[in-house]
Amino acid sequence: MPYFDVGVALDNLGRLGEGLGFTVLLTVIVMALSLVVALLVALGRMARLAVLRWPMTAYVEVIRNTPLLLQLYYFFFVLPYVGIKLDGFTAAVLALTLNYSAYMSEVYRSGIQAIAKGQHDAAHALGMTFLQTFRRIVLPQAIRIVIPGLGNYFISLFKDTALCSIAGVAEVMFTAKTITAVNYQYFTIYTVCFAFYFIVAFPAARFVNYLERTMKGGYARRRLAHG
Amino acid sequence: MAEADSRSMIRLCRLNKHFGRHHVLKDIDLDVAAGEVLTIIGPSGSGKSTLLRCINYLEVPESGEIWIDGALAYRDGSGGHFRGHSGSRVAAVRAKIGMVFQQFNLFPHLTALENVMEGPLTVLRRPRREAIAAARELLSQVGLSDRADYFPEELSGGQAQRVAIARALAMGPKVMLFDEATSALDPELVGEVLAVMRNLAGGGMTMVVVTHEMGFARQVSDRVIFMDDGRVSESGTPDTLFTHPQNPRTQDFLRAILQH
Repeated sequence: MPYFDVGVALDNLGRLGEGLGFTVLLTVIVMALSLVVALLVALGRMARLAVLRWPMTAYVEVIRNTPLLLQLYYFFFVLPYVGIKLDGFTAAVLALTLNYSAYMSEVYRSGIQAIAKGQHDAAHALGMTFLQTFRRIVLPQAIRIVIPGLGNYFISLFKDTALCSIAGVAEVMFTAKTITAVNYQYFTIYTVCFAFYFIVAFPAARFVNYLERTMKGGYARRRLAHG
Repeated sequence: MAEADSRSMIRLCRLNKHFGRHHVLKDIDLDVAAGEVLTIIGPSGSGKSTLLRCINYLEVPESGEIWIDGALAYRDGSGGHFRGHSGSRVAAVRAKIGMVFQQFNLFPHLTALENVMEGPLTVLRRPRREAIAAARELLSQVGLSDRADYFPEELSGGQAQRVAIARALAMGPKVMLFDEATSALDPELVGEVLAVMRNLAGGGMTMVVVTHEMGFARQVSDRVIFMDDGRVSESGTPDTLFTHPQNPRTQDFLRAILQH
């Protein structure tokens, strides 16, 4: 029993693979939503209007100063209790999006605020409106700054989806739990789990590193790269 | 209430501006005629740059009036029209005014050509092909045809500032504002930027120039004003102001700056 059993591993590869597929799906959906929500939150936090700024700031602070696991518990166990019944997948998507949007909004905010005032001055002096300045001048420069930071959150989200196993969301961790509950092959099954997470996360992390190095280079690299 | 004079390109009436408790502009009255080249000199902190920035609304004054090309561009108490830095009404006024900054402020993610095209494309909604042709023409005017596809980081300071001038000209402005356009340049690069400015002045452009280049002020401008502590304390032709300054503060300033 304390050894890695190749036969058991192979027998369960399919089910665990399905679980991994579900993990990736959950990650991609939450990331896509968070990329948009976080930008809106960041804009809200930087707004001149206090009505927009205050609620956004409160939201970000609450999320950042409480455990993600507790936030998931709320969505899985407290909301149904007060009459809001969501299926596990929806609850997981909502809770993770809420959490990651708060953190990622801070990345956006620092990226946007890193753009020099002179850039706004120059755009305004050309007669650009606030929106044109943001879309054409600020955002393209800010994106370069935030891509590595957002990429790191992407990887961390991929790993955090494992927490959703507490509520029966059929991602890879929950699948592993279900299998070991029957066959007690903890060593084998959880080792396969390790391998699965690592095989996806490691290349992704290398890719984010690569992006980070590329973004540090000047804009002229774009032209050089295209010949 | 001031009437817009047909020959007046910029008219400022009793303009006031504070930064916190610091009174930066004190009841400024100023007229710039169409085609005139006006140079503003004065010690740092005297309000020169703020005055320039008020003309195209990068700073919002608290009171007074600004007329641009016969149209009212700002009046205190004029309601919501002129509030904020980037409303569409403000943008329309700015499109008539080109501005060149001390730190160039080129857009680093765009090539020289794209920098010059940006205003016409986004603000004037010109067709792309037309904007490219116009931008190439302007780059050749400032002597940078061969740098069209370079990014700002690949340009020298003098080249960057000439691209910035072309970018401002691309909007077809009636007025050009220069905010210490040569102060951030290495000495050997100042000449090429001043040459472009000289050409513009020769072509009849209305210009307001904040500068420490006394040679330029003397040779190119029609009128020089000396600003001190938020007021226009002396105004005159370059000859009278440089050779027979009346105000003791002007005399001190000129003595200090011309000594080296």
